[in-house]
Parts: sequence; structure tokens; C-alpha cells
Amino acid sequence: MNLVIIKYNAGNIRSVNNALLRLGYEAEITADPEKIMKADKVIFPGVGEASTTMDYLRKTELDKLIVDLKQPVLGVCLGMQLMCSHSEEGDADCLNIFDEKVVKFPLPNPNPQNIKIPHMGWNQIYDVKSDLFDPSLEGEYVYFVHSYYVAKGADTAATTDYILPYSSALQKDNFFATQFHPEKSGPVGERILKNFLKL
Amino acid sequence: MLSKRIIPCLDIKNGQTVKGVKFLEIQEVGDPVELGALYAEQGADELVFLDITASHEGRKTFVDLVKRIARNINIPFTVGGGISELSDADALLNAGADKISINSSAVRNPQLINDMAKNFGSQFVVTAIDAKQQQGDDWVVTVNGGRIPTDKRLFSWAKEAEDRGAGEILFTSMDHDGVKTGFANEALAKLSEELTIPIIASGGAGAMEHFTDVFTKGKADAGLAASIFHFKEIPIPELKKYLHAQGIPVRL
Repeated sequence: MNLVIIKYNAGNIRSVNNALLRLGYEAEITADPEKIMKADKVIFPGVGEASTTMDYLRKTELDKLIVDLKQPVLGVCLGMQLMCSHSEEGDADCLNIFDEKVVKFPLPNPNPQNIKIPHMGWNQIYDVKSDLFDPSLEGEYVYFVHSYYVAKGADTAATTDYILPYSSALQKDNFFATQFHPEKSGPVGERILKNFLKL
Repeated sequence: MLSKRIIPCLDIKNGQTVKGVKFLEIQEVGDPVELGALYAEQGADELVFLDITASHEGRKTFVDLVKRIARNINIPFTVGGGISELSDADALLNAGADKISINSSAVRNPQLINDMAKNFGSQFVVTAIDAKQQQGDDWVVTVNGGRIPTDKRLFSWAKEAEDRGAGEILFTSMDHDGVKTGFANEALAKLSEELTIPIIASGGAGAMEHFTDVFTKGKADAGLAASIFHFKEIPIPELKKYLHAQGIPVRL
């Protein structure tokens, strides 16, 4: 299988490749349009800030390339947020694959439970749908680190509760995305990555 | 529900895991990658690898070890020790670290927190604070493994770190570290109430009930410990089952 991880100016792109290596797959990390278009599957990972990464994607014209991909694409964390229409982080217009806005978690006021932002750590996914998840993944814990979230909507593929119920995964046609990090979510994350690789 | 995190801390010296008592006597306890993988399998929620010799010997960090950790371990990990420039952090990020922890270098140059957060995102920047209690609420921040007191105070420095863009605070009580009589719960609760970023509690774990206390009385988001895990005094699976039975949200 020809796997590609899109290389751009976001952090932690190699983590996904390390996870794939542990599963016995190797991906090429590249920004080469030809290689990305020809790949069987494309992963769009990353952590970082939305507006600066969007600027970079536009400058390199990766923005147009990504929205036109026809093979299965998996966005992870910032990757998922950039696949939405707009991010409040740096007031960035994004790729608009998912017609959803990315907004900052509202800190409760008063805050008797000392809820923190970012949402950081292991939390549960539920109401899972999409081929990314099998029913056995309902209620499992996965690893999150984020301060901005996507509300529940038409493309919600998994829900997580933090401050409010929100979309912890999205799917529309060939585009799949998780707010959490499957590559850092132990054996559960590996099951999710395997499901993507089987598509 | 977001679970409380259990974080084994592996202090590294010359590529080996070590644990000192009050940062002084040092005993070797094993290969960091093997030990980290074992903890991950047992249910550790994150790992911290601290290069404890780096800060006072001025040694640069352990990039090759970090690469091995990243290849072999499937949960998030933080690395720290001797990170004083953006280029140090960049090398560790590229080697696969999920977060870096800065301590003495941030005290000396607080702008480093802003620069790290701006370049790599707040989620990448853990500010570690080692503090010693004077009296009551007065905690003096120390640097170089607790050797040198500074003019900073715990609560104001932690708040400043948050304002500068730190993503988490890792607070170690130098009075509790290695003593195994429980965490500094009062100070932790105050930190948790005053800050809006997660607080990792460190120093003092000696029994399972200390973790119940640190999550209830101490209001911490994560509990970090070293020797009780390294010397198998408290196995992680048992600890998590115990906490679950106590009504603490944990990932089983």
C-alpha cells in the first residue's frame, strides 16, 4: 500500500509515521503533489496554530490539492480543524471540506470543578459511526490535546464530552478526521489506524 | 469523561533510568525505552523523561534516546532537562517528543516560554516548577535540581508561565519529593484554582491513597511519580483499579 503523510509546517508529523511503522506499514512524508495524488491513502496530521499553517498550505497550493483528493484521507488534530470551514484560532478560513466552524472551548464561569483548557488527556468517544470505528470502539479512551473544538453536526462520526458534547471525529465521503491522536492512543488508537488502512 | 492521568517519570542519566532521593543519591534502575514501553502497556497515561544531569552540567539533551522512545512507545511523552533554546526544543520535537518541559531556563529567561509557545504551540510547552515551602503559602522557586533558591514565588510564577503561554504546569514540591508521605495537596489545590491550564503533581507519592488525595484534595489533573513505579512498590494496573473503585475517573 502506498501511504503518504502530507508534509507542511505543522508539528509532530513523524508521530503518525512511527505509529504506522509499529503496525508494519511505512508512509512517505512528502509535499510533492504528484506523490500525494497517486497515494492509496493520505494522512494529514499535525499540531500547531491554524492561521499560520493555513497560510502555508495556500502558499504551497496544498490547499487546493487536499480538497480534490479522491482516495481516503485522514486528518488528525490540527489536520481535522484545517479541514473545516473556518477556525477562530487566528481567524483563519480553512479548507471547507467539512462545513463546520472551529471555536475555542468556553471556560465555565464560575468554574467549581476547575475545568482546564486545553482539553488534555484521555477521554471517551461515543456514538461512533463511520468505517473508521467498529462498534467495539464505543466508549473507549483516546488521547486529546486541544483548545478549539468542532460542534456536533451533520458530519459528526464520534462524540466526546468536554465542557459540552462535541465532534471528536468527522467523516464526509472519502474524508475522515479525528480531533484526538490515534497515533498516541495506545492499542485503541492502533485499532482506529488499522480501520483506516483497511478502507 | 476526561480521566485523571498517571504519569511515571523516568529520570535519565547517561542513558539509564535513575531515581534519587531528594535529587541527591542516585541509583540506576534500567533501560528507559524498555521501562517506558512496559509502563505504557500497564496503563500509564503519559511518560516523562527528564535528563537530570543536563541542567547543571550544561549538557545538551538526548535526542537519540528520544527518537528510540518515539519509535517504540504508543502513548504521549514529555522530555525535559537542559532545554534552554528554541533549537533544543526543535530538535526534540523533530525526534518525536510530544511535549518539552522547561524549568531552570524559563526562570532565567521567562521569554523562552513565549517563544516556545509561539513556535510550537502551547500544548508542547510544559513549565516545570521545583519549589520549597518557606511558611504557609510562601513557596520559593528553586533551580538546578533544587540546589539554588530564586527570587520567584510558586503561585505568581505559575500564573506568569500560564500567561506567557505554557500549556501545563508540572509542580514538584522539594519538601515532599522522595519522602513518600503524600503530595503537597494544599499548594496543588491553590494552583489548580488559580490557573486554567492542567496541573501535574509531583513529589511525595508513597501509597495508593496519596493519588486519591492528590486528585480530590489536591485537585490535580495528573499525578507523577518515579520510585514507587520503578521499584514495583505500586503496580500501575492495581493503582488504576484502586482509583476507579474510589470514584476517580481513570482509563482502565
